[in-house]
Amino acid sequence: MRSIFGLIALGALLVACETASRPVVLHAADNPPALLSDWGLMSADGSSLEFNDGVVPYELNSPLFSDYALKLRTVWMPGDTIVDYKDDGDLDFPVGTIISKTFHYEKLKESDGLLYVHQEEGEATLKNDGSLDLHTYVMIETRLLVKYADGWRAFPYVWNSSQDEATLEIAGDQRDIVLVQGDTNERITYVVPDANQCAGCHVTDHTAKKLRPIGPKGWQLNRDFSWWGNSESQLVNWAAIGMLGGYDGTAPQGVRWLSPGDATLEDRARAYLDANCAHCHNPKGAADTSALHLNIDAPLDRLYGICKTPVAVGRGSGDRPYDIYPGRPQDSILVFRLQHTDPAIAMPELGRSAIHAEGVKVISDWIAAMNGAC
Amino acid sequence: VVKLKFLSLSVLVLVGACSKDSPEPPDAASLDYQKQLQTQLITAKPGDVIVVPAGVHPINRGLSLNVSGVTIRGEGMDKSILSFKGQLQGAEGLLVSASDFTIEDLAIEDTAGDALKINEGSNIVIRRVRTEWTNGPDEKNGAYGIYPVQTENVLLEESVAIGASDAGIYVGQSRNVVVRNNRAERNVAGIEIENTFFADVYGNVTNENTGGILVFNMPDLPQPGHSTRVYQNTVVGNNTDNFGAEGTPVASVPAGSGIVINSNDRVEIFDNEIADNDTANIIISSYYATGWEGIRDMGDAYDPYPETIYIYGNRLSGGGSSPDGLDLKALKVAMFGLTGSLPDVLWDGYFNVDKVDVDGNLLTEYAICVDNDGAQVLNADLPNGSADIVVGAAQHSCQHEKLPPVVLAAPLG
Repeated sequence: MRSIFGLIALGALLVACETASRPVVLHAADNPPALLSDWGLMSADGSSLEFNDGVVPYELNSPLFSDYALKLRTVWMPGDTIVDYKDDGDLDFPVGTIISKTFHYEKLKESDGLLYVHQEEGEATLKNDGSLDLHTYVMIETRLLVKYADGWRAFPYVWNSSQDEATLEIAGDQRDIVLVQGDTNERITYVVPDANQCAGCHVTDHTAKKLRPIGPKGWQLNRDFSWWGNSESQLVNWAAIGMLGGYDGTAPQGVRWLSPGDATLEDRARAYLDANCAHCHNPKGAADTSALHLNIDAPLDRLYGICKTPVAVGRGSGDRPYDIYPGRPQDSILVFRLQHTDPAIAMPELGRSAIHAEGVKVISDWIAAMNGAC
Repeated sequence: VVKLKFLSLSVLVLVGACSKDSPEPPDAASLDYQKQLQTQLITAKPGDVIVVPAGVHPINRGLSLNVSGVTIRGEGMDKSILSFKGQLQGAEGLLVSASDFTIEDLAIEDTAGDALKINEGSNIVIRRVRTEWTNGPDEKNGAYGIYPVQTENVLLEESVAIGASDAGIYVGQSRNVVVRNNRAERNVAGIEIENTFFADVYGNVTNENTGGILVFNMPDLPQPGHSTRVYQNTVVGNNTDNFGAEGTPVASVPAGSGIVINSNDRVEIFDNEIADNDTANIIISSYYATGWEGIRDMGDAYDPYPETIYIYGNRLSGGGSSPDGLDLKALKVAMFGLTGSLPDVLWDGYFNVDKVDVDGNLLTEYAICVDNDGAQVLNADLPNGSADIVVGAAQHSCQHEKLPPVVLAAPLG
């Protein structure tokens, strides 16, 4: 039997999270519980969020932007099942897998019904015992992706104000928050997607119309993560405890779009576009209607947007001629759509009520540095 | 030398000058129906009928349906109204990713982006649905009203589309489509059929748009289009200033366009009432004439030429009297005088030089045939910088074999 307690030898400080909690419960697809706690994945008491045994947090190299929310991701798999590493870096999770993603912010204050949070790029910061400090952070929602025999299902849960329970809200929710960065306050309406909108991103093959996880792939997981207490790649750690099979130690290079120096500007831009766009903009995706393919393995040609005229862009064109105009970010539609929050213009279409300034900068810098003409 | 680009210069000045206050979003109490409808859409099972009761229902986020076999039915396009004024989120009002779908007897108003988009599905019925931007033509309106894309076996009938900043009714990348007895007005394009195989467009009224009915092929897409029949429509007075955003294909359509064929093949236009479209009642053009940039690399698979076009038996009157754009105005005055008019049919003159006979004329099977009671064709000779503009009918005196009617497959047929 696999146990994450085997990791103590790796130096992780996992002893403290040992709890006598209930086991994780895999509920039927058509009967998800109203309360998140009934899954047994995690429990919160208003002071901290703790995870059950066998629930493994993970981090991505280049996550999807979601209104500056910090994201705490976990995976749990039943019994001795393993996730299968495919040659192309895809991961094939076993039936019964539960992936969770908890959207949270560093909390500043609550005032007049508005939640003030710190706007900062970053990763989930777990304490040494693997828990999340709820004096520092406020949780908005936890989304579950659960794999059943007939495919993945998505369930959105919204946290209560006392931060001790989250409730299933298949119709989603919305919450007014203020993003605070230095002296700047930006008020946005944070929109929790409804269960159908989960498919808007997680159906990456729009013909098959099947949900699937987007983040956990070889290149995204190929990085260290402090939770393990070592500097090995997560893939190595997953393999070491026996939850990952078929991994021979070679994975595509992990590219962190946010970290200069790690990779070229082009690699970073492409990592960003893959993470934020390719779930729709791939040759089988919902946005194949546009013939714009931004997946990380797509050739860097016209269909990647270079000198490509739009098809059905509406006023998303911003009066600009091409998706990517080499050397001219100010004339590139891609940049225009990242710079706006109007739902008729904004890309990505979901989860972006705020402008991602750092993302705009990477894409703009890359296009500005590009040679060539149209 | 007259340079005739179909790019309308007047479009440029319209763009960017508008500003309007965003409408106040509806309060939480009035969104109870939204949550109910969302829940019905999310939990829908095949065979379900979701009834939208009469009333104006405020909605502030995009709705979506992912389950096949569902019907959404209102109590009338002027009674059951989903109003998206102040929409916060979602690029569409209702996004459907499913097959065997019917939507009827309701209205979708004032969405931020597209009103009704159906992305990839078969056996789609859209009947007596109204999509409208209630403030009238405005560059800030959403792009498409009724927008099935990558669909197959589609019946779109008795619907109304008003005020779209791109196309009121837009059928893209689809196959086997009937668009009949609809009304599309005050959009940039009334009805647009794009990259679609086998479409019958008949019995529609498309008045007061920038362009009435468009049959286009765009490059790069998974399928080119061909075989569209446009007949028994009323296409009158499509003279609304082009309010489409620059960079979109329809922004190049001159105001005053009746029926426009661009780069599409095997298109038949017959028995229509086409009148008073001030640029021209019928325009036939290639991708080269659109004024769009980036044409140097269209991809090998793309055919930019309109071929095998057959125009006959239409009732044409009153068009071409006040064309849009300085180039066309100058051309009209130079050739036909201040009080004259451009001919009923305008052709940019581009054709595939690899498909010609020994005399250098386009092979008859690919020709633009105009057999319409003496209607004249103006060949703008764009490939030669308009050096030899020709007006006449003789060069286009030919016939093609008529296309068979579109037959919708069961369960629609």
